[in-house]
Amino acid sequence: MSTSTLPPSATPSPLAGAVQQPTFTENVQGYVSKLRGGDMGTLPAILAFLILTAVFVVLKPGTFTSFLNIANLFQQGAVVATIGMGLVFVLLLGEIDLSAGFASGVCGAVLAVALTNKQWPLIVALPLSLLTGVVIGLGLGLLVAKVGIPSFIATLAAFLAFQGVVLLIIGNGGNISITNPAVLAIENKNIAPWLGWLIVIAALVIYVGMGLRQWSTRRNNGLLVAPLASLIVKLGLVVVIVLALTFILNQERSLNPLRTSISGIPIVIPVIAVLALGLTFLLNGTAFGRHVYGVGGNAEATRRAGINVARVRITCFVICSTLAACAGIFGASRATSVDPNAGGSNVLLYAVGAAVIGGTSLFGGKGRVVDALIGAAVIAVIDNGMGLLGYSAGVKYVVTGGVLVLAAGVDALSRGRMRGSR
Amino acid sequence: MTQSVDERPASSTGPAPALEVRDGRKSFGAVHALRGVDITVRVGEVTALVGDNGAGKSTMIKCIAGIFPFDSGAVLVNGTKAHIHSPAEASAAGIEVVYQDLALCDNLDIVHNMFLGREMKKGLRLDETAMETKAADVLASLSVRTVRSIRQQVASLSGGQRQTVAIARAVLWNSKIVILDEPTAALGVAQTEQVLQLVRRLADAGLAVLLISHNMNDVFEVADSINVLYLGQTAAQVRTSDSTRAKIIELITSGAASTDEPPLSGRRTDAAATTTNGSNPA
Repeated sequence: MSTSTLPPSATPSPLAGAVQQPTFTENVQGYVSKLRGGDMGTLPAILAFLILTAVFVVLKPGTFTSFLNIANLFQQGAVVATIGMGLVFVLLLGEIDLSAGFASGVCGAVLAVALTNKQWPLIVALPLSLLTGVVIGLGLGLLVAKVGIPSFIATLAAFLAFQGVVLLIIGNGGNISITNPAVLAIENKNIAPWLGWLIVIAALVIYVGMGLRQWSTRRNNGLLVAPLASLIVKLGLVVVIVLALTFILNQERSLNPLRTSISGIPIVIPVIAVLALGLTFLLNGTAFGRHVYGVGGNAEATRRAGINVARVRITCFVICSTLAACAGIFGASRATSVDPNAGGSNVLLYAVGAAVIGGTSLFGGKGRVVDALIGAAVIAVIDNGMGLLGYSAGVKYVVTGGVLVLAAGVDALSRGRMRGSR
Repeated sequence: MTQSVDERPASSTGPAPALEVRDGRKSFGAVHALRGVDITVRVGEVTALVGDNGAGKSTMIKCIAGIFPFDSGAVLVNGTKAHIHSPAEASAAGIEVVYQDLALCDNLDIVHNMFLGREMKKGLRLDETAMETKAADVLASLSVRTVRSIRQQVASLSGGQRQTVAIARAVLWNSKIVILDEPTAALGVAQTEQVLQLVRRLADAGLAVLLISHNMNDVFEVADSINVLYLGQTAAQVRTSDSTRAKIIELITSGAASTDEPPLSGRRTDAAATTTNGSNPA
C-alpha cells in the first residue's frame, strides 16, 4: 500500500482525531432526515409486512397466526427468497435476469434426473445441479458483458429456451419424483427443538459479539460511530425477533400431535440464513462487493479505477444463476418432484418483486441481500394470507402486482428526490 | 521546435522539472491534433495549460495520462525519459489525472470512492478502519473541513465537495504530478475559491500541478506559470508574474503576442495551413 504524498498535517485531523460522536437523539434525527431525503431502505417493506400481518391477523385470527401456518410461510417463501438474493447481485449492476426462474427449473430437473433416473448418489447429483447453475450464469454473463446484448433481451431469450429445456429433460406432461431423503429433508424436516435453541443462541452470541467488537474498534480508532444506545436498540431488536421466531417454530404445530409430532425450525431456514450471511459478507465485506456497487453506480468510473467491469458483471450473473440452482433444489424438495412447470409461472416475478419490494433499486447501485428476504416475507404473507381468506388466484396476483408497483414507485420517486436534494 | 518554453535560463542548476514534454505530436488519421507541444511542470508550482476550444488541451493531457501515447516527442519525468503507454504506466510514474467528469460513484461513500479499485484489505476482508482513517488524514492534510462525515454518499455532496473528493483520491496514492481538467468549470463563486485554494495547497505541499482552465481569473489567481496552446502547438510558456491577461488572451487567440515577443511568423503560416486543410484539433 502506497502512502499519501502529502505530509501529515500538524494539527490533529478534525475528522480522524476528535470526532464529535453523535448523541442518540441526533442519530434518530439523522435517520428521520435520511428518510425524508428519499433514502427509505427497507422501511416501506417492513411497514407493509407489519400492516399486512395485522390485517390478516384481524380477518383470520385463528389460522393465520397458527404455528403450522407460520412455519408454512417460511417453507413457501424459501424458493422466492433464494432466487431473490441472487437477483440482488444482477439488479445492483442495473441489469436483470428474467431467466432465473426457469434456470432453477433446469437445475431442479438435472437434480431429479441424476437422482431418480440415473440413480447417482447425492454427492454427484447435487454438485452437478449447482454446476449447471454456474454454467448458465457464465453463458448469460458472457452474452451481456462480452457480446453486449442488453440483459433484458439475453435473459428473455434464455427464459424461453430454459422453459423448453425443462420440457425436454422431463418430457411433456412428465414428472420425476424425488425420493432422496436428504433432499426431501431440506423443506420437509425440522431441526430438533433443543438443537435449534443451541444453534440460535450460539449464532446470536456471535452476532452481538461481532457487532460490539466492530463498534469498539471503530471508536478506539477515533472514527465516527453510532451511539451505543442506537447499537443496542438495533442488536436487541434482532435478538428479540430471532428468539421469538425460534420459540414459535419450536412449538408443537401438528394438527394431530398424538399421531405425528411436528416441531422445530424447518431445515431450510438455517440453510437460507447461511446463504444470506455468506452473500452479505461477499457484498459488504469484500473488494468484489465494492466493485459491484461501483459498476452499478458509475461503470465508467469503475473502469477508470482499473477494475475489470466485464468480469464483475459475469460474476454477478454466475452468482444469480447459482442461487437459482439452490432454489431449484429447494423447490424440488418442497414439491417432492420436478415437473415441466418447475420454476415457472410466477416464481421469477415474485423473486424480482421480493428484491424490489425489499428496497433494491431497479436502476442499479442500491440494494442489499437482506432486502430479498424481507421482500419475500411480504410476498409470502400476501400469498398465504389471501389464500386463507379464500380469495382466488386472480385477486392474489392483482394485489401482489399492486405491491410491486408501489415498491418500484417508491424506488423511482426516492431516486428523483435524492437527485433533487443534491 | 526551437523555442524555449520556460523563460528560466537553460543553465539553471535547479532540480529537473517533475514533468516535461518536448515536441509532442499526435495525429488521428489526417487530423494533426498536436503538432509540437512543449511544457514544463515544476515541483511546488501550479502550471496552467490554456488555449481556445480545439487547441489540443484535452488531447495533450490524455497523451500524458497514457490514454493514448504521443506519436513522437519525449515525456520526461524528473528529468528521465518515461515510457507512458497506458493509464497504469502513468500512475506508476506518479501521474494522476482528475478528469472533468470526476469519475465518482454516486452510490458509494467518500471513503469507498477514494479507494475504489485499490481497496485496503485484511486477508479477504476490506480493512474499513484503515481506509477510513487514511481517507480522513488525507482530507485533513488538504485542510478539507466542509465535509460533515466521510461516510456519506458522494451523491449528497456539493459540486465543490465532489471536486475535493476527486482531488483527494488523486493525491491519496504516491502521486507526484496531479493533472486537473477544468476543476472549477461547473462551480459557483465560493466553491471555485475553495477549490482554487486547494489547488494552491497541493503545489505548496510539494506536488507538481498541471491545471487546465478556460478561466483567466482562476489562472492568474493560482498559476505560477502559464502554457498557451494554439491550434495544436505551444505558443509560449511564461511566468505569471511576467505576464498580463491581455498578453495571454492575445496568445490564445492569435498564437503570438504583439509586443516584446519574437514574431512567430513561421508558425502562423503553419497554423493557417492546418485550418484550411480542414483539421480541427480536438
